[in-house]
Amino acid sequence: MQLPKKKTPKALKFNATFTYAPAPESKSHVKLQEQYGLFINGKFEKPNSGKYFETINPATEEKLAMVADANAKDVDKAVKAARTAYDKVWSKMPGKERAKYIFRISRMLQEKARELSVLETMDGGKPIRESRDIDIPLAANHFFYYAGWADKLDYAFPNQQPKSLGVAGQIIPWNFPLLMAAWKIAPALATGNTIVLKPAETTPLTALKLAEIIQESGLPEGVVNIITGAGATGAALVQHPGIDKIAFTGSTDVGKLIQRATAGTNKRLTLELGGKAANIIFEDAPLDQAVEGIINGIFFNQGHVCCAGSRLFVQESVYQKVIRKLKDRIETLIVGDPLDKNTDIGAINSKQQLDTIKKYISIGIKEGGEIHESSCAIPKKGFYCRPTLFTNVSQSHRIAREEIFGPVLAIQTFRTDDEVIEKANNTAYGLSAGVWTDKGSKIFNMTSKLRAGVIWANTFNKFDPTSPFGGYKESGFGREGGVQGLSAYLKSF
Amino acid sequence: MKATTPNRLTVLKTYKLFIAGAFPRTESGRYYIATNKKGEQLANMCQGSKKDFRDAVVAARGAFKGWAGRAAFNRGQILYRIAEMLEGRRAQFIEELMQQDATRAEAQREVDLSIDRLVYYAGWCDKFQQIFSSVNPVASAHFNFSVPEPMGVVAAIVPQNDSLLGLVSVMAPVIAGGNTCILLGSESKPLCSITFAEVINSSDVPGGVVNILTGKPSELASIFANHMDVNAVIYCENDTKTQASIKEQAAENVKRVHFYAGKNWYKEDGQSPYFIMDTQEIKTTWHPIENIGGGGSKY
Repeated sequence: MQLPKKKTPKALKFNATFTYAPAPESKSHVKLQEQYGLFINGKFEKPNSGKYFETINPATEEKLAMVADANAKDVDKAVKAARTAYDKVWSKMPGKERAKYIFRISRMLQEKARELSVLETMDGGKPIRESRDIDIPLAANHFFYYAGWADKLDYAFPNQQPKSLGVAGQIIPWNFPLLMAAWKIAPALATGNTIVLKPAETTPLTALKLAEIIQESGLPEGVVNIITGAGATGAALVQHPGIDKIAFTGSTDVGKLIQRATAGTNKRLTLELGGKAANIIFEDAPLDQAVEGIINGIFFNQGHVCCAGSRLFVQESVYQKVIRKLKDRIETLIVGDPLDKNTDIGAINSKQQLDTIKKYISIGIKEGGEIHESSCAIPKKGFYCRPTLFTNVSQSHRIAREEIFGPVLAIQTFRTDDEVIEKANNTAYGLSAGVWTDKGSKIFNMTSKLRAGVIWANTFNKFDPTSPFGGYKESGFGREGGVQGLSAYLKSF
Repeated sequence: MKATTPNRLTVLKTYKLFIAGAFPRTESGRYYIATNKKGEQLANMCQGSKKDFRDAVVAARGAFKGWAGRAAFNRGQILYRIAEMLEGRRAQFIEELMQQDATRAEAQREVDLSIDRLVYYAGWCDKFQQIFSSVNPVASAHFNFSVPEPMGVVAAIVPQNDSLLGLVSVMAPVIAGGNTCILLGSESKPLCSITFAEVINSSDVPGGVVNILTGKPSELASIFANHMDVNAVIYCENDTKTQASIKEQAAENVKRVHFYAGKNWYKEDGQSPYFIMDTQEIKTTWHPIENIGGGGSKY
């Protein structure tokens, strides 16, 4: 049989006839202090350690502020403040009163949304478009959603009398600084717990702004304490005997350390850890939308997303076409100044993370992957990485197994549904997955067989306060968001 | 053991393990002697080994896809079938519990409650999902829902006391939710665990869904906790040292750990759908909604 001649898809041409004028968001609205203390018992205090560290703008490497480095004594002070606030005030307050404080915090976040968005982008490097349209509104919404639960907990879990745990120690990552603070603080407050929160050392500023908002909201002293520092501060928090619950979002390695550290204690634990999500494109998918979904899946927030669609599986019959479209599309991505409203991909969060990403890119090449990068220019100063694709990747390659946490996509192919289910599930992780097809029954077959906590069908990287988020297997346990997110902060049943 | 008829020698049972729907002896060839309080020998029990456990995990993993994929209604029927089979062998279990020092009244109560507990969870099989699922009213143009799904392979060291009721109370919610399991029966009162395997084996429970070992928790607890293809571990004793070591070793692959220490399985709170939820994951699925009412499609 004569096979029809295959046409090789042609590359689109992007001539430089059309460029975007710079459209930077102004920084003038951001009020920053030169130095921040620890937010303990409703006041900003000098750290016992006497030490401060600097937090920089990863897009420019300029210093933004000095931030206190909490030591074990500071942690102890914060935990004690939280305990006192729990015993004397917060655990006794009726739910409807707790609710009003949380609503108030949500409103104030909305009022200061612009300042917070710009600051989030300055401190973390993410595009202003994302902090403005996703991080900050979602953070405010999260408080608003959980506020309403505070006086309705009796309805959440049938046949149970919900009881708060006590003092929650919460440790959050640098990829969605304010949003993760909201994910942690809002449900804990709604359920009647008090809090010691530690933001990541590279992105503490919006959490400290949140501390100012909490102060302004009149929330009783000590109900929320926010202390800054690096790994040692986090370890001191995890090990503190006065903590009833640890909630951690971060790497799987650190999550395992925390699980070990809580062994032999009665501390409750929830972990939201790493991922290596499969994003699966079937031949009958709406390919243009699927390509947008691939882009959003891996390049959203520079790929600093635990649920990033970092493993792409394309059905063989449309492989050439999808790769062509994908290569065209990454040429159009604007990499650069995160404060510019046209920017798609901002700065990598830190030098350290950029080194990690570079290490994985060289591993990918060494292991036989075929690399393709966007040809875009990147700023000389600051930490940047071009959007990167790897083809010729197999299941055993490290770039297909390990979480890179950067804009690097590992692409594989498949022929049958069963094959791709097997490949997609062949990972220690299980946080999220994506499926693209126009066939409803195939969607349900896939979404029920993929072993992951969040499945996006014909979409990717969507979040909502009402929607529980969290992983299977080594992606951690417990859920954040929705009614299910309440149980992480209530006595076991 | 008393002969039932004069001059007739009773046939004794060889208590073996239950793995993948078969009754193998322990590969280790080891045994320990089960006795009653007076120290009289009841049986030679298999002293299950690491290899037995690993074989059981392979069986449980192999059975998981099929069991989780069954209709919840069908799982309910099978759990009910287990209750039927246990009811039919009620006398045998009472006898066995009495050999292990229970009074007749105690033994009757334990067996009856075990049967009732199976019926209780049989009924939950196709209902707990409705209680714990949600359709989430997200603010974007998406349809979004969350449902419980089984965790996978669950390894449980069942209660030392209440050797039948404890085993049933731990096992039933695990398999009702679609998980497969490996159970280590009571070390000191092991007879019922293997006799119960015979009930499982005649109840249309697919091979590998329930695997039952006998042996020493002191030896096997850490093996349960550090196996890389086990998703959750359940431990029922109050031994804080063992608890700590289980939790620590479970971290290697982020196992879910549940301690049911001090649970009174005879009480009302010895059963609830929350036990089922202990070995469930919540999965959330999103799909865009087309542009209806100007909401905007969000691919």
